[in-house]
Amino acid sequence: MLTILFDGIAYGMLLFVLACGLAVTLGLMNFVNLAHGAFAMAGGYVTVVLMNRYGISFYWCLPAAFLFSAALGAVLEVTLYRRLYAASHLDQVLFSIGLVFMAVAGVDFFMGGQQQLISLPPELSGRFNLLGADIGRYRLFIIVLCALLTIALQTTLTRTRIGSQLRAAVDDGRVARGLGINVSVIFVLTFALGSGLAGLGGALGVELLGLDPNFPLKYLIYFMIVVTIGGTSSITGPFLAALLLGIADVAGKYYLPSLGAFIIYAVMIAFLILRPNGLFFREGGR
Amino acid sequence: MASVSRRLFMTGAALCSLLFSHAYAAETVKIGLVLPMTGPFASTGRQVEAGVKAYMALNGDTVAGKKVEVVLRDDAGTADQTRRIAQELVVKDGASMLMGFGLTPLALSVAPVLAQAKVPAIITSATTSIITQKSDYFVRTSMAGPQSAVPVATWAAKNGLKRVVTLVSDYGPGIDIEKGFTDQFKKDGGEILEAVRVPLQNPDFAPFLQRVRDTKPDAVFVFVPSGVGSIFMKQFVERGLRDAGIKLIATGDVTDDDLLNGMGDAALGVITGHFYSANHDSAENKAFVAEVRKANNNMRPNFMSVGGYDAMALAYAALKKTNGDTDGTKLVEAMKGMAWTSPRGPITIDAKTRDIVQDIYMREVKKVDGELYNVEFATFPKVRDPNTP
Amino acid sequence: MSPLPRQALASAFLRRKARWKPLEYGFWILALGAAFALPSQQLLLSEIAILALFAMSLDLIVGYAGILSLGHAAFFGVGAYAAGLLSLHLTAEPLTGLILSGAIAGLLGLATSYLVLRGSDLTKLMTTFGVSMLISEAANQAAWLTGGADGLSGILIDPIAGLFEFDLFGQTGYLYCLTVLFAALVIARRIVHAPFGLSLKAIKRNSRRAAMLGISPNRRIVVIYTLSAVYAGFAGALLTQTTSFVSPDVLAFHRSADVLLVLVLGGVGYLYGGVIGAVIFTVLRAWLSVVTPQYWMFWIGLVLVALVLVGRDRINPARLTAWVRTKTGRAAPSAAPLAKEEA
Repeated sequence: MLTILFDGIAYGMLLFVLACGLAVTLGLMNFVNLAHGAFAMAGGYVTVVLMNRYGISFYWCLPAAFLFSAALGAVLEVTLYRRLYAASHLDQVLFSIGLVFMAVAGVDFFMGGQQQLISLPPELSGRFNLLGADIGRYRLFIIVLCALLTIALQTTLTRTRIGSQLRAAVDDGRVARGLGINVSVIFVLTFALGSGLAGLGGALGVELLGLDPNFPLKYLIYFMIVVTIGGTSSITGPFLAALLLGIADVAGKYYLPSLGAFIIYAVMIAFLILRPNGLFFREGGR
Repeated sequence: MASVSRRLFMTGAALCSLLFSHAYAAETVKIGLVLPMTGPFASTGRQVEAGVKAYMALNGDTVAGKKVEVVLRDDAGTADQTRRIAQELVVKDGASMLMGFGLTPLALSVAPVLAQAKVPAIITSATTSIITQKSDYFVRTSMAGPQSAVPVATWAAKNGLKRVVTLVSDYGPGIDIEKGFTDQFKKDGGEILEAVRVPLQNPDFAPFLQRVRDTKPDAVFVFVPSGVGSIFMKQFVERGLRDAGIKLIATGDVTDDDLLNGMGDAALGVITGHFYSANHDSAENKAFVAEVRKANNNMRPNFMSVGGYDAMALAYAALKKTNGDTDGTKLVEAMKGMAWTSPRGPITIDAKTRDIVQDIYMREVKKVDGELYNVEFATFPKVRDPNTP
Repeated sequence: MSPLPRQALASAFLRRKARWKPLEYGFWILALGAAFALPSQQLLLSEIAILALFAMSLDLIVGYAGILSLGHAAFFGVGAYAAGLLSLHLTAEPLTGLILSGAIAGLLGLATSYLVLRGSDLTKLMTTFGVSMLISEAANQAAWLTGGADGLSGILIDPIAGLFEFDLFGQTGYLYCLTVLFAALVIARRIVHAPFGLSLKAIKRNSRRAAMLGISPNRRIVVIYTLSAVYAGFAGALLTQTTSFVSPDVLAFHRSADVLLVLVLGGVGYLYGGVIGAVIFTVLRAWLSVVTPQYWMFWIGLVLVALVLVGRDRINPARLTAWVRTKTGRAAPSAAPLAKEEA
């Protein structure tokens, strides 16, 4: 029972790190970025290549994955995304799906279509017993890391200068600009941060979720569910939503394996009927 | 109204004679290869294509005085695409044989085309038992239903694994294999504690594995498609099922040759039953593996690849037998009862069911020259599909 | 001004908007001509016609009611399964099967329409998606009815009206699909150009203001959603009847995503968008996947990205029709804002 709860939390935390960048772009910057998973995939492949071809330690691969995806995000923001902030949602959908297609085929071309595998360092594999629950070391690692990240993220957004600048920039770009905030720099940084987190999530997820060229399409839906249920006005919402989704999914599969796939969709619809605007909804936010 | 229908009929008839006469007269025999080259099952397509190309590289592109041309098309794993492409290959390109078909519904969707066009289709991948019964023009060179699962059941019962949980992917082949294994295992005196089915698109096996673990069986019998098999393996070890004394027995899909090496030492000691291992000791197999590795950036061929290779072997042999006649019905007749030595070992196409009869090997994952391989240690000769009499 | 001339003015306006344009005639003549001029492409053409009908059905709710749907394959799939099951168990007569399948899909649309009345774009997107995934799972589980993951096979369809048999070349199939598409378009045209259609557009722009004008949004949305489901059901039934097979991927997510893509590609809110998108998308994909079976997705992606960056408006057919409208002396406002609003 505790083991199931633990697994669910680990899964949910991982989903959160993967999806929170999308919550930021979709919720704060109002951009429907369906290509979010592609940044996660980039992080995953960076890890695979560094570990398997160059023998670099897993722990160094994580920041590398973050930096690579963040850089990729920044470059794409400056060259492409920036032009489309004002475009309609439908344009954004078309554009970002196009990017996903290119990413899928491109990765297939360079890396091949098969599943990519890595070997974790020995101290992260295996499990130990704690208070009657079996705790997987790697899952514990994910929980701790993601929890730290979440706290850091929340503090940055609410307590720091850059955080309040960001909130000002997205709430009313024109006024923020008038106040001397460099809105476009803020947007690049935010976008890069979101992409970087996705890349980190992708790197962490290779072991649990697998990695192949279809990753961005396969998990897009999970990201969307997290963001929709969580609402797009804060990161607490998606965080709780991701946890809920993770636990519901894992518990559903454990206790009712034959209904496995029904559970998360049913939970989602129920939530959307009860709270059409997500868990947390800020009136007046964009 | 009647005149319209007559005109339609005339146009149709004119087209027919035009296109088919063209197909007959040609000195080239076209073979349409329909595979999922993109989407979740792209690696299947890649492997089969490699097998087909390897056969042509080793055996030349002419047979019975005709030049063989393979036309590759991607169906992205979507059935209506498969059907349209197959139909176009026959009608437009004048293909006299079809080949490929990655998944059961993809194969089944072309059955009506085969019935109308009378063109043989050699199945290189899809494994559900019922396929070959759905059209008289289906011939199979991959594997028939639970062929590989039945010997595993016998082996397990003999080796003291009496209480088993089955875990299969929830789709046609998975259900076939679950049934094949369960029937045989019960006959041999085993007990199935629980039958778990996991969704095909499943990101995380943790909850299912935990469930298996809490049931405390002697062994867990697994079938999942090859790509996810590798993730499954890792999580199996990570979850401590091995330490809890639960043995992993599986069909060879889980320890797919293509991915086995990347699984690391986690895979060591896993017992599987299957029809092909890249480690199979024969001259035919050595040549095949060397050719695939040479042409595909050192990729190791797996069981799907050998399915493609043998499909070409069968096509060549049938053309030789009909002396280059590309009439579909004659080709299918020629294929029936055909027997030859494939890289996987001796195989036969059953004359009645048009399905493959082959040896199934029990293998254990071991290190050979620093690489992981499925090493064969026992053979169950001439296994048929237990679901079709 | 007395109410009478005002009413006359309004109906004149409606009539003017509903008039058939020369481009439309041209399009249908070409489509019909293709049945005889391109004998080897009939299958591709049928696929286009089916996708066009499917995309048009999505346009009814996206373009006219402003409901973004990522689960439209639910209705397509239900129509496809219904057509398959009807032909296996009830009658193999195609027209009966088609109409009944549409009706069944419509019932489902009616039942689920109440879920899309509330919430933001994203909420509706995900609700429709969730519904379609539940149905897809149900179809997968109910193997006794649907054949599960293996799909439904052994479907035989009688000749249409006892006269036209479905041939291997697919000519009958194409003409059949084209006829259904044409009929569906004619009906949809009448509906969206009637006051009902206008009131929908008003709701889409600003539902609160529309409500103040005495238009009750919810009832109209339920009606158009149901109609759209019927159309999607027709499209699914056509697929089953022309391919005599139903595979579980009729309900798959990628089908919902593809059709949205097709619609956006062609332009939203003028019915022909879906048709034009279907032509472009299918031809492009068929051509690319022959040229490069493995990597065609890359080039489609590149086309989409380029399209958006160049600006969909600039090459959008909607703008073309607007241009034609001004050219032929209609009192349309300047073309640019019109194209934008329709896109």
